[in-house]
Amino acid sequence: MSAHQSSAVRLHIVTGKGGTGKTTVAASLALALAAEGRRVLLVEVEERQGIAQLFETEALPYEERRIASASGGGEVHALAIDAELAMLDYLDMFYKLGRAGRALKKLGAIDFATTVAPGIRDVLLTGKVCEAVRRKDKAGWPVYDAVVLDAPPTGRITRFLNVNDEVAGLARMGPIHNQAQAVMRVLKSPQTAIHLVTLLEEMPVQETMDGVAELRAAGLPVGAVIVNMVRPVLLGDADLAKAAADRSAVAVGKRRTAVAKALSQAGLGGARRGGVAERLVDPLLAQAHEHAQRVVLEREQRAEIAALGLPVRELDLLGDGVDLGGLYRLADSLRKQAVPGVMEAAARAKGRTAAAGGPEDDDIEDADDADDEDEDEDEDA
Amino acid sequence: MSLQSPVLEIDPLLDDRKTRIVVCCGSGGVGKTTTAAALGVRAAERGRTAVVLTIDPARRLAQSMGLTELDNTPREVAGIDRSAGGSLHAMMLDMKRTFDEVVVQHSDPERARAILENPFYQSLSAGFAGTQEYMAMEKLGQLRAQDAWDLIIVDTPPSRSALDFLDAPKRLGSFLDGRFIKLLMAPAKVGGRAGVKFLNIGMSMMTGTLSKVMGAGLLRDVQTFVAAMDTMFGGFRTRADATYRLLQAPGTAFLVVAAPERDALREAAYFVERLADEDMPLAGLVLNRVHGSGAAQLTAERALAAAEALEDYVAERAAESEAEGTDGSTVDGAGAHSGAEGEENLAGGGIVDQRAGHDDSRQDLPAGTDDSERLAAGLLRLHAERMQVVARERRTRDRFVSVHPEVPMVDVTALPGDVHDLEGLRAIGQELAEGQPAAA
Repeated sequence: MSAHQSSAVRLHIVTGKGGTGKTTVAASLALALAAEGRRVLLVEVEERQGIAQLFETEALPYEERRIASASGGGEVHALAIDAELAMLDYLDMFYKLGRAGRALKKLGAIDFATTVAPGIRDVLLTGKVCEAVRRKDKAGWPVYDAVVLDAPPTGRITRFLNVNDEVAGLARMGPIHNQAQAVMRVLKSPQTAIHLVTLLEEMPVQETMDGVAELRAAGLPVGAVIVNMVRPVLLGDADLAKAAADRSAVAVGKRRTAVAKALSQAGLGGARRGGVAERLVDPLLAQAHEHAQRVVLEREQRAEIAALGLPVRELDLLGDGVDLGGLYRLADSLRKQAVPGVMEAAARAKGRTAAAGGPEDDDIEDADDADDEDEDEDEDA
Repeated sequence: MSLQSPVLEIDPLLDDRKTRIVVCCGSGGVGKTTTAAALGVRAAERGRTAVVLTIDPARRLAQSMGLTELDNTPREVAGIDRSAGGSLHAMMLDMKRTFDEVVVQHSDPERARAILENPFYQSLSAGFAGTQEYMAMEKLGQLRAQDAWDLIIVDTPPSRSALDFLDAPKRLGSFLDGRFIKLLMAPAKVGGRAGVKFLNIGMSMMTGTLSKVMGAGLLRDVQTFVAAMDTMFGGFRTRADATYRLLQAPGTAFLVVAAPERDALREAAYFVERLADEDMPLAGLVLNRVHGSGAAQLTAERALAAAEALEDYVAERAAESEAEGTDGSTVDGAGAHSGAEGEENLAGGGIVDQRAGHDDSRQDLPAGTDDSERLAAGLLRLHAERMQVVARERRTRDRFVSVHPEVPMVDVTALPGDVHDLEGLRAIGQELAEGQPAAA
C-alpha cells in the first residue's frame, strides 16, 4: 500500500467478467483522467472495436488518434492494437526487419505468432501498451499523462499480464528475454493499477474475488474495484423489510387493503375487490418482493467486495444504455468519487513540488534504463 | 406493436432422438453455462442419456451438479429423476489434461515424454490461444466417439469473441499445414527427408532471423517441440476436421444464448450469421434475463405521476401535523391546513377528488396509513422503473428480430439471484420449454 502512495498511477488496466461493462468503464475512466488538460491514451487489445462503438466513431485503425475532448482542454486518444501489425511494428522497431518481417508474414510465422501462440500475441500487446506508457517527447516528458487499457476479462487477466514472466523464463536470454523483463517491471511498478469491474451479482463478484487473489499472488498491483450498473434502491428500509418478508403475509389483511386504497387515491381506479387499483396490488407487491430479494443479495455482495480492503467506486446503471452523453456522465461520477490512483498522485505532487525540476524520475524511468542496459549487453554479446 | 419471432420449442428438440449434440454459444456473462445445465437436467428427466460438458462453471453451480473437482471425466449428477429412463452426467473441461491425453494417446511413450517435458509445450498447452476452444472440440469428439450418451450438451468457452469457438480448430489446422511449421522443423531434421529441400539460402536467413528474435535457446525448444509433435499433427488435423463436420451434421443443434442487451444481442447476431455461413444448424436463440411485469397495463408515466402525487400528499400531511404539533393553536393550525390545500391543487390529478374520503379514513385508521401511502408510492416507482426496463429490452430485441425474423426465440425471466441447485435448473428448464415467443 505504501508503494501506491509513493507515486502516481500512469497505467490503468481495466478488467472484469464478461458482461460487466469493462469497456464502458475504461472509456469513462479515460475521460475522467483527461480532465484538467491531461492527455490520456485509451487502448483496446481484443480487436472488437468496442471503443469506436462507444464513442460513436468509425472503426479505429492501428494508429493513435484523438477521439474525445474532456473538460479543461484535456484529450483522450485511442488505439486499437492489431496484433499482427504490432508484430511487424515490433520487428521493425527492434530488429529493422522491414523485408524479413514481410517474408515471415508470407510464411505464416506472423499468423502463428499472433493467433495460434497467444503467449506471443499477449507479449506484443502488453509490450505496445508499456511502450506508450514510457514514450517521451523531445523534452523528455511523457507523451501521455496516463494510459488506460481495456484489458482481457478477469478470467484471463493474470495470465495476460504475466505472460512476459513466462516468456522471460522460456527465452532465457536475448532480446525477447530483455524486452519481456522490461515490460514486467512496468506492470509490477507502483505506476500500474489493475482495476476490476464487477456488478452486484454473485458470479461477477466471485470472479472479482478470485481475480484479486490471483493478481496479488502474482505480485501485480491491484487498484480499485469498480461496481458498475448499480441500480437504485427504490424502497425505504422499513418497506424493504416488509417486502422481503413472505409475499402472501404482506399481501393479506389491512395492509393490502390500505395499499389498494392509496393507489385508488392516486387516481389509479377503484380500490374495491376486482377494481382497477385493487388488481394492481398483487403484481406490484410481487415486484417489490423481487426488488427486496435483489437488494438483500446486493448487500451481501457489497459486503464481500468491502472485505477485499480495496478502494471501491460505484457507477449507476444508465437506464437507456450507454451513449456518448452517458459516458461523460459516468466520467463525471468517477471524478466526483475521486478517480482511482489520482488522489494519491495529487498528494504526492504537493509534497515534492520544490524538488520537481524536470521529467518524472520514477520506477518506469528505471525500467527504461534497465532496458537500455539490457540492450547494451546484447550488443556486446 | 412489438415484432414477433417463431417460438423456439425446446422439448421437441430435446425429445428427438436424432438430436445428438446441442451447442450453447454466445458472449460472456449471458448465462450460457446455466442454460446448458438446465437443458441437461430437463433432457435427462425426459428420458435422454445426457452429458453436459462445461468449460468454466461458477463454483456453486458446479457444486450443485456434483462437480467438485476438475477431473476431466464425466460424473453422474445425483438427484436427477430417472423415472423416464434417462440420466445425466457432467464434466468440467481441464484443458491441459485433455491436451496431455491427446499427446499420450497419439505418440509412443518416448516421444510423449519428450513433448510433455518440453518447456515450450508446458506453457503452450495451458495458454495456447484457442486451446480451450480446440480442446472443447477435441473432448466433444471423444465423448461422441465413446457413444455412452445419446445427447451431448456443450457449453462454449468464454472467448474473446464467441466466434473464436468456430475459428480455433480451423486456425490450428491451417497453421499445422503451413510452411512455417516446416521451416521450424527443417534445422531439427538436417539430413532428414522433407526438411532439407526447404533449407535454401532464404530459409537459413530466416532461421537466422528467428534465432536473433527469439534467442537461440527458445528457437531450439520450439524446434524440438515441433519435431516431437510432427507425428501427431496429422491426427490433430484429421480430428479437427471430423469435429467440424460433426458440428454441421443434422444431429447437431446450435443454441445462441443472449441477454436483452445491446452488446449481447449484437454478438448473437454475428453468431447467427456466421453459423449460416458455415452451414451449421441453428435451432434458435435463448434470451435470458428478460424482465416482465404482472401489471403491464400500468405505464411507467402513469405510475410515476401517481407516485409523485402520493408523495406530495404524504409530505404535505407531515408538514400539516408538524404545524399542528408545534403551535398547538387551533387557529394557526387551520391556517396551515388551508395553505396545504392550495399546494395540493397544484399537484393536481386524482388525489384531489379523493381528498374528502381520505380525511375520513385518517381518523378511523391507525397511524399506519401514511405508511401505506409511502409504500404504495414506492411500489409505483418500482413499477415505473420495471416498465422502463421492459421497454428498453423490447427495443433491443426488436432490433435483432427485424434483422433476423426467421430465428426462433424463447425468453427466460430474469431472476433476482443466481441459480445454484437442481431445483433452480429445473425451473429454468420448465421456462425454456413453456417459453413465450419473443414478443409477449
